[in-house]
Amino acid sequence: MERLTNRSKIVVNKQMTLAEKMYLPAIANGMVITLKHLFKKPATISYPEEKRYIAPVYRGQHVLKRDEAGAERCTACGLCAVSCPAEAITMTAAERRKGDEKLYREEKYAAVYEINMLRCIFCGLCEEACPKEAIFLTDRIVDVSGNREDMIYGKDKLTEPMAADKRIDVSVRQTQEVLDFKQNKAFGHNRTHLDLAKYIQQKNHH
Amino acid sequence: MSSELLFYKLGMVLFVFAASMVVALYSTYGERKIAAFLQDRIGPNRAGPFGLLQPLADGIKMFMKEEMLPEASSKWLFVLGPCLAMMVALTTGVVIPWAKPIMLDGQPFHFQVSDINIGILYVFGVVSIGVYGIMIGGWASNNKFALLGALRASSQMISYELAMGLSIVALVMTTGTLSVNEIVAQQDAGICNFVYQPLGFLIFLICAFAETNRAPFDLPECESELVGGYHTEYSSMKLGFYLFAEYINMFISSAIISCLYFGGYNFPFAHEMEGILGENMVRVLGFGFLFAKIFGFIFLFMWVRWTLPRFRYDQLMNLGWKVLLPLSILNIVLTGLFLMRNELLDLIIK
Repeated sequence: MERLTNRSKIVVNKQMTLAEKMYLPAIANGMVITLKHLFKKPATISYPEEKRYIAPVYRGQHVLKRDEAGAERCTACGLCAVSCPAEAITMTAAERRKGDEKLYREEKYAAVYEINMLRCIFCGLCEEACPKEAIFLTDRIVDVSGNREDMIYGKDKLTEPMAADKRIDVSVRQTQEVLDFKQNKAFGHNRTHLDLAKYIQQKNHH
Repeated sequence: MSSELLFYKLGMVLFVFAASMVVALYSTYGERKIAAFLQDRIGPNRAGPFGLLQPLADGIKMFMKEEMLPEASSKWLFVLGPCLAMMVALTTGVVIPWAKPIMLDGQPFHFQVSDINIGILYVFGVVSIGVYGIMIGGWASNNKFALLGALRASSQMISYELAMGLSIVALVMTTGTLSVNEIVAQQDAGICNFVYQPLGFLIFLICAFAETNRAPFDLPECESELVGGYHTEYSSMKLGFYLFAEYINMFISSAIISCLYFGGYNFPFAHEMEGILGENMVRVLGFGFLFAKIFGFIFLFMWVRWTLPRFRYDQLMNLGWKVLLPLSILNIVLTGLFLMRNELLDLIIK
């Protein structure tokens, strides 16, 4: 049979040598290994006092961004829900009423927007899919809870606060490169089938 | 018996009791810390500084737990089991000489509860009663898993007691005495019995692991396979007694190993230091050295526990009966030949 990898070993039922039968050398080896670990730096940390380094682009709890004027950017297009591989996002769209222009940027908005944090795998595809720069993953860690209901985060927990000093900074994630990438029709989800065809044609042409 | 002697004996008993309890208490802490360090973790560090109050917290937890007496158990024996285990663990410490007699007003002050001339025999006698603690506990639970656990525990202990006893026979042949005090005193010269009895020491050490039900011989308990073994039905402090007895046993067997094979309270250059520090100071130092040796062995017990996997039952029996027993008999024969070497040489020459 053809071998898939070169990692497999052929096993032989050979008789053990005297040294192996005595086990003592093997035990000594094992003891040396564990003793070495005695002097190693622990791999764990004292969590609440000490926090592990979190990368600036860490994908943690989501935020629904507002624009500069404080209006919600989300238009409930559902692209995030569609792109979500864990099917964690659900939403209900509603039409903006007169007088709510300051609350919602566009004519359609999400009346209900829920992310099930137990389903979410924090892959960031929702962020990538969002055409309105409305949803972002942040470096905040999702709180634990004793029951499942609390883990379904609604707009009360997801939407960023209105006050200027309480806004959640996503500038590390939303760099010019990222924006350019999102605009570039040749990449990712911005491609329509027409764009893709054009792109392939161009590539073949070269 | 004079009241002075009574008070002195009572004091010694209290000391041995307190030492066993405190060392065992902090062995549980040490065990968890060492386990953590060997596994690259931090270990208990919440209760008190460095988690030093953890054993107390564990004790309080044990006391607060619900006390359960299984409906179908024989109540009296069910309670007797852990008591016996604890009692046996605590009584073995009696014959250990903790330090060389300290001279106070020209009177020797012995650091030993009782210097019985059959000390080793006493230890063996008491240790073999320990099997009853486990057996009674497992049987009185009226639970088939507990009974099976008790069965394998007692058969293990009986099997390894044999090899242990025979390894000691060789030691007794070289020392010519059964008194622990005298054996330790003989090692005063600087060469400890380990040098004369390396094989005997190894057998004794392995058997000590088996006798105290420590890994890799922890089949009686093996949490991962046997639903807890003989103490399945136990809860609260009765369970605590069983677990605690194991740690006391570990302390006492470390003390006995140190005394029998590693010179007990003797330490290198003790005689040279007597001139500088004075006799009593050196003896106090010796007390410290004995405890250092004991802690070294306790560390070894824990180190082995977190290194070696558990034996399978047939492997355990094979090791006990087919390897350790013949080896210890061989050890006796070799020791005998060594002791009679002059006579043998004479015979050959003639």
